[in-house]
Amino acid sequence: MTVRVADVVDENPIVEHPQPTSFKGKVPPVAVELLDVHKTLGGREVLSGLSLQVYRGETFAIIGGSGQGKSVTLKHIVGLLAPDRGVARVNGLAVNGRSDHLSEIRRQIGYLFQEGALLRSITVFENVALPLREHEKLAQKQIEERVMNKLALVRLADAAAKYPSELSGGMRKRASLARAIVRDPSIILYDEPTSGLDPVTSSTINDLILDLQRKLGVTSILVTHDMASAFRVAHRMGMLLGGKLIKIGTPEEFKTSEDPVIRQFIHGESEGPLTREAP
Amino acid sequence: MVSRPSEPNGVAAFLASIPIVGMIYRRIAAMNAWFENACDGAGHALDLLAHSLRALASAHKKTDAIVLQTYKAVFGSLVIVFLTALFSGMILALQTGIELQRYNQESSIGYLVPVAMFREMGPVMTAISLAGLIGATYAAELGTMKVSEELDALEVMSIDPVYFLAMPRMIALSLSATALTLIANIIGSVGGAVVGQAYLNVDAGLYFRNAETLLAAKDVFGGLLKALVFAVTISTIACSQGMRAEHGAEGVGTATMRTVVYSFTYILMFDYLIGWALY
Repeated sequence: MTVRVADVVDENPIVEHPQPTSFKGKVPPVAVELLDVHKTLGGREVLSGLSLQVYRGETFAIIGGSGQGKSVTLKHIVGLLAPDRGVARVNGLAVNGRSDHLSEIRRQIGYLFQEGALLRSITVFENVALPLREHEKLAQKQIEERVMNKLALVRLADAAAKYPSELSGGMRKRASLARAIVRDPSIILYDEPTSGLDPVTSSTINDLILDLQRKLGVTSILVTHDMASAFRVAHRMGMLLGGKLIKIGTPEEFKTSEDPVIRQFIHGESEGPLTREAP
Repeated sequence: MVSRPSEPNGVAAFLASIPIVGMIYRRIAAMNAWFENACDGAGHALDLLAHSLRALASAHKKTDAIVLQTYKAVFGSLVIVFLTALFSGMILALQTGIELQRYNQESSIGYLVPVAMFREMGPVMTAISLAGLIGATYAAELGTMKVSEELDALEVMSIDPVYFLAMPRMIALSLSATALTLIANIIGSVGGAVVGQAYLNVDAGLYFRNAETLLAAKDVFGGLLKALVFAVTISTIACSQGMRAEHGAEGVGTATMRTVVYSFTYILMFDYLIGWALY
């Protein structure tokens, strides 16, 4: 089966970026902006003119199949990858501009990696405490307070003394989330937050994402192919295909979309334009 | 990033379709990719070395990590260093003693063995043991961290992986190599004395008196300088290979193998160059 990405993209030109409808007419400032981002990795163009604006305080879900460049998009936002062409901005600062800008940008961002990416040689407590120890001059008692507070928020206070290898997949993700939020970032990036988790644990993670948005007002961008998760937590979502966002809209607009590509993806159908054989 | 031979296109594709031309094209492309990778690897290692040296200014903040890594390097290799040094000294004494016996000069092994140990065998055998034991461990550790996104996680938290991981290892290996080389020099010299006493009827007292006569401060400190250079070389290669590891477990294995092979090669190269410069 061959995905005819070029055909699909041609049939679905890039849409205008609708502003979030959940802000009652007020247009909040842009927190994250990608403009015409191109990126080639291993000889393959993964992003080909991706443009995206995420507004402050909203939760934006990027959906799309495997290998469509979802994680690559997140890595551009946090400066782990530099665009071949185009620009990524966070709160108005160019991600690949001055090095002190990058440091300031990363200070504002928490990143939940797909597999957690906890340092295996230290305990959960030490993992969460690491950004505080490295960047903030806090007394041990203050560090303990903040770390335990975040661990309690992700319901992992009991696992503070454990090593990452002693945790389940869901616990590792929650521990990683505690580390991501320990310095109270204004933006959180979630890379496949529910992949590989059972439905109950997935639901717990979704609740945490919603909690963080509601209680702390953070801007969230999650990449996922878990449609239930995307529909539940996102204010807006965009579908990535062929290195571009082929549609941006509210979850409701996606659910009612007549676009056969969108329909096939969100319903997980095996037959359709995404899986049509090339002639 | 490992570059691969690019696919030919246009006229190149036509020429490549001719069997012999195609074969030559693929060979040249493979050589080109190999050369690019080699240059890329060397550039990365030199950049990492320069970065680690700059990070030495903040070494006092990583005292705990340096002490821990030194402890691991010394106690993780002490037995092997002890045995290799002991047998190196014994072999040197046996082989030179047998030849010198023909001229009734076997008592001269006291001049030969300790000097050879302090100048050459001690630093080289210790460095080879450290490359196989500790260098390989560093490459595997950092390689695993790379492929499991732990290094990316550090970067996202604005924690410089070179400052956090490579610099403490470079200092620890330098301290360990220097101390272990000194121990190896003494053990090897004692091994020579034992063989002299047991098989060549050379009095141990005479052996050490002869050693004392010939052994100069330059031999001792020249050997320790070699140990320091070898340690920096091993840690740079190991950390660079680990940090460039790709493609999961296979990539970690390749990084480990390359660390050992490249370290052995550079140890011998630098050994000759320092020997040539000093003597």
